[in-house]
Amino acid sequence: MNIVAFYIAAAITIISTLLVITRKNAVHALLYLAVSLIAVAVLFYDMGAPFIAALEVIIYAGAIIVLFIFVVMMLNLGKQATIAEGKLLRPDMWIGPTVLAAILFGEVAYLLTRGKTAIPAAHIISPKTVGLVLYGPYLIGVELSSMLLLGALVGAYHLGWHRRPKPETRDVSRNYATRINAVGDTVRTGSDRPAGAA
Amino acid sequence: MLSGILFALGVIGLLVRRNLVFILMSIEIMLNAAGLAFVTAGARWAQADGQVMFIFILAMAASEVSVGLALVLHLYRQNQSLDADAASEMKG
Repeated sequence: MNIVAFYIAAAITIISTLLVITRKNAVHALLYLAVSLIAVAVLFYDMGAPFIAALEVIIYAGAIIVLFIFVVMMLNLGKQATIAEGKLLRPDMWIGPTVLAAILFGEVAYLLTRGKTAIPAAHIISPKTVGLVLYGPYLIGVELSSMLLLGALVGAYHLGWHRRPKPETRDVSRNYATRINAVGDTVRTGSDRPAGAA
Repeated sequence: MLSGILFALGVIGLLVRRNLVFILMSIEIMLNAAGLAFVTAGARWAQADGQVMFIFILAMAASEVSVGLALVLHLYRQNQSLDADAASEMKG
């Protein structure tokens, strides 16, 4: 475990997280959030958890950031967004994340080249032991998290399903609740007749 | 200590910001801090359990953020804004 590398990555994490919660533009905040997650991945690698570091980069910095970016793009805040896009192309917005990411890159390069000669003080927990523990005592947890992921999949699909309003009612009733009352629910289970009427 | 600072930043972000996307980002920061605490504890006692817990937190965060972002899209379609205060009226 390299103490200097650890503290540099920790400082980058804190700085970029501070910048995440103070940005006004969501895209800038997402850039800093990605830098923060990658810095945490470097921390994991430094602490002797290379498998978790890889997972952090792939899932957090890959999948979750891409999800956020998709949603920010889908929301597409109109005129404001075009003005912000003009600002986004200016170099001063890119300098902060680029400098932080460059420091991280230098650190990773240093760790990868020099780390083999130095004796790692902390125990490196290999992916094999993690897998053995994960599928041994924690097997029920794996099953539960698979059910959680399935539930999340179904829930996100159901919520994201765009119930398209009729064109003539779209401008009259902007509110969704009044639209439901006007048009009626498009999904109706069961019949309208009272039970036992047939 | 780092994880504590990160968690505190997440809580501050959650309290200060009123944009729903920023609130979700703060939740991600807090989950990440909790995972960092788990992995640090696992590295301290040289056990793999901390990393297993981090994998569970990862799965939970992924499912949470997918459902949360779907809810954000839904709310945005309803009242055309991302302000959390705009969704505060609850007419039952």
